[in-house]
Amino acid sequence: MRLSTLTLAATLVASGAFAAEPVAPADVVYTDAGAIEASLSGTPGNAEDGVKAFSSRSIGNCVACHEITGLGAAFPGNVGPMLDGVGSRWSEAELRGIVANAKLVYDGTIMPAFYKVDGFIRPGNAYTGKAAETLEPLLTAQQIEDVVAFLMTLKDE
Amino acid sequence: MKFKAMTAVAALLLSVPAMTLADPDEDSLAINGEIEMVTETAAPAHLSDTLDTIYSGWRFREDETQALQMDDFDNPGMVFADLGLDQWNKVEGEAGKSCASCHGTPEESMKGVRAVYPKWNETAGEVRTLAMQINGCRTENMKAEPYKYTSGQMTNMEALISVQSRGMPVDVAMDGPVQATWEAGKEIYYTRFGQLELSCANCHEDNYGNMIRADHLSQGQINGFPTYRLKNAKLNQVHDRFRGCIRDTRGHTFEAGSPEFVALELYVATRGNGLSVEGPSVRN
Ligand code: HEC
Ligand code: HEC
Repeated sequence: MRLSTLTLAATLVASGAFAAEPVAPADVVYTDAGAIEASLSGTPGNAEDGVKAFSSRSIGNCVACHEITGLGAAFPGNVGPMLDGVGSRWSEAELRGIVANAKLVYDGTIMPAFYKVDGFIRPGNAYTGKAAETLEPLLTAQQIEDVVAFLMTLKDE
Repeated sequence: MKFKAMTAVAALLLSVPAMTLADPDEDSLAINGEIEMVTETAAPAHLSDTLDTIYSGWRFREDETQALQMDDFDNPGMVFADLGLDQWNKVEGEAGKSCASCHGTPEESMKGVRAVYPKWNETAGEVRTLAMQINGCRTENMKAEPYKYTSGQMTNMEALISVQSRGMPVDVAMDGPVQATWEAGKEIYYTRFGQLELSCANCHEDNYGNMIRADHLSQGQINGFPTYRLKNAKLNQVHDRFRGCIRDTRGHTFEAGSPEFVALELYVATRGNGLSVEGPSVRN
């Protein structure tokens, strides 16, 4: 009974039919190349929310390291590459993998893993400098989907 | 060199943007027009695998911030060195002594001291930072209470002592009895802390010259400490800076004065061997 409900849910999720429980960070299935085929939240990403997560210091803060032409973020960083055209360079599954855990795509990269909750050395409680008690991923499953949806709009001219 | 090598595939896919590296500027620093500072020099031999040149953090700051350090009348940190002189002369503790009782004037006795700390203390059998030595004198020789490690009194005293060595090259030993501590500090420097998994090296070795949001990354040198920061309008102790940087990795920091930070300070100090002592410097 329980099994079949789950299977049904998974099928519906795969077809994007309705929102289900997000995939927990530990349960994410990565391909050998570090891509994630299935949606993490089961709900299609919203590119507008994605822009917000990308630019906001208190959410993704991707602009700390990346610039995008026309995004209009004050003081973008340049520790990471410029992301113009990134939606033409990578598939949705690949971008989902890069945002969730870039270390699997780029060995040793400085880019943080946004959907991971273990394996850290002295993790803190956000930016307090104190020890973490419980760890949430840096972005929620839905925020990852939103950011990926936004990145997919960045096509080469 | 400063960009982590990307996988070959990614490198091909990516047309790496024309390097927008804003490297250190070309300005030179002479304090009051007379004390010439070395703000750029060949990296010490132990860094030869990673860096060719080391730079003072001064070279990464905006002109207006730089200007504040060029003249002692403009340098807000100098006021605190003056307060340090009052503390120097003040008798405290059960031994009825001040720093002056044993050391005379700071000009006479403290020249060159800042340049070689942290260093081995034979009697105590430990590596001592300047702050530890100041407190060592207070507790052992004056029988007075130690200063709190990152307190204003501590940074005032550090500023006073540092001023006596301004312009002298940092020359901190890394071998002999300090070697094990130095190795421990190096290990910490390359450890990727916190939920963001960032090491000191990720920001200050791989990415100096780049912008991380609004911040122009320097090499994270400590030749300028204690540092007056415009951001909090006070002198900052080096362990407070270390705490801030680890906090920014969403990490659980070490305590000021902890063995970990003493080791890290020793290691980072030796990364700056050859730069001038600048403290109290001015940063944003
Ligand atoms: C601390 C720096 C840093 C942060 C923060 C960061 N990135 Fe990155 N990112 C990098 C670096 C560096 C690379 C290049 C990979 C490498 O060589 O290590 C990269 C690569 C990428 C790529 C592939 C780029 C391409 O042109 O093919 C994407 C997409 C990306 N990042 C998206 C994001 C998103 C979305 C966020 C926020 C949710 C983010 N990054 C946050 C540093 C960062
Ligand atoms: C997330 C990036 C990041 C990491 C990781 C980081 N720092 Fe920093 N650090 C900064 C920024 C930004 C500044 C301010 C601009 C500058 O001077 O580079 C700074 C400044 C400093 C300064 C002051 C330099 C000066 O001239 O006054 C020191 C010293 C320093 N860092 C040491 C460290 C050490 C040691 C570590 C590891 C424990 C570390 N940092 C880790 C970002 C970082």
